[in-house]
Amino acid sequence: MWTFFYKMSSGRSFYQLSGRFIPFFALASMLLFAYGLVGGLWLAPPDFQQGDAFRIIYIHVPSAFLSLMIFSVMTFCAVLSLVWRIKMADLILQVSCPLGAWFTALALATGSIWGKPMWGTYWVWDARLTSELILLFIYFGVIVLSHTIPEERTAAKASAILTLVGFVDIPIIHFSVNWWNTLHQGDTLKIFSKSTIAPSMLHPLLAMIGAFAFFYGWMCLSRARSLCLLKDKRARWVEELVKSW
Amino acid sequence: MRAQRKQRLWFVVATLTCVAFAVGLSLYAVSKNINLFFSPTQVVQGKAPKHHLFRLGGMVKKGSIHYADKGLEVSFVLTDYKSDVTVHYHGILPDLFREGQGIVTQGKLNNKGLFVASIVLAKHGSKYMPRVVKEILYKHKGSSHAT
Repeated sequence: MWTFFYKMSSGRSFYQLSGRFIPFFALASMLLFAYGLVGGLWLAPPDFQQGDAFRIIYIHVPSAFLSLMIFSVMTFCAVLSLVWRIKMADLILQVSCPLGAWFTALALATGSIWGKPMWGTYWVWDARLTSELILLFIYFGVIVLSHTIPEERTAAKASAILTLVGFVDIPIIHFSVNWWNTLHQGDTLKIFSKSTIAPSMLHPLLAMIGAFAFFYGWMCLSRARSLCLLKDKRARWVEELVKSW
Repeated sequence: MRAQRKQRLWFVVATLTCVAFAVGLSLYAVSKNINLFFSPTQVVQGKAPKHHLFRLGGMVKKGSIHYADKGLEVSFVLTDYKSDVTVHYHGILPDLFREGQGIVTQGKLNNKGLFVASIVLAKHGSKYMPRVVKEILYKHKGSSHAT
């Protein structure tokens, strides 16, 4: 496993390997999107309480899930970068950050649109909503920090440390609905016990989460590849690649 | 693992631990303020603020909703199955407002111990199911009560 990570520290092997993953990620994402959208918006029955309005769950929950997942991926990269000095980890961290910020913004926006008709308000300062908003600002912080420091190595180190510090918010977001009383509902999807959602509604939701995750993988690798070419632009393998086109 | 890497790994672990500890302590210190609402029991025990705005949350007690003959005046009882607080509200209620529903209100206690609300928000549970399933469950429950 370690040899894999060391191999990934060279731009060339990362570029070649990620190129092979992208078509699979794209295909998986498209297929899951197709099933998730048809299943969620059309096949799933209306909810007993919220009627058709509950269908925004098929965008809201996957975006919220991704906002946490991407930050966890970034934290993993931050550790790889700080301890093992793997350059590709910095790349992944850097390109993941705007993606994560977008998913967080999407989760907040869809939640707000959902909140008005169901709760009666667009926004309330409860623990779940506030901690998710803080996550958005942490994402902004990492983006700004990585762009303000001109020296590449220092910028990478600084954003890795900020990511590490920001990770504390992730468990707070996840457990906020258990630790404090909130207007936001508790968890519907559970790993260790039965989810409190009917199977006909659950399957499209899981498909949408998968679709979002593969979409992230696809976007992240494509962006990392471009950045990899840019950073290694004077290297011989890039010159050879350009010549071969 | 090389000594240098080990050192850096320790640095990462130490950073995470320290930050988590600091944030944990801060949250513990302000945990009372992070809770969105007070429960009826807390209000009855006098733990809620007397003279300024706060939020009260609970279930709408069955058969406790009274609408005024004219206008938007409404009163209902919020309960946590231990204590009850009567709420007065003037305004439009959210669609999900009904008996047995979780509700969060914002307002003040008046001298008679009534809660005069300026905002009423509906909470919904984490359960999602089709209407048909709900009806079957409800019928099943109803018949088991009858027998």
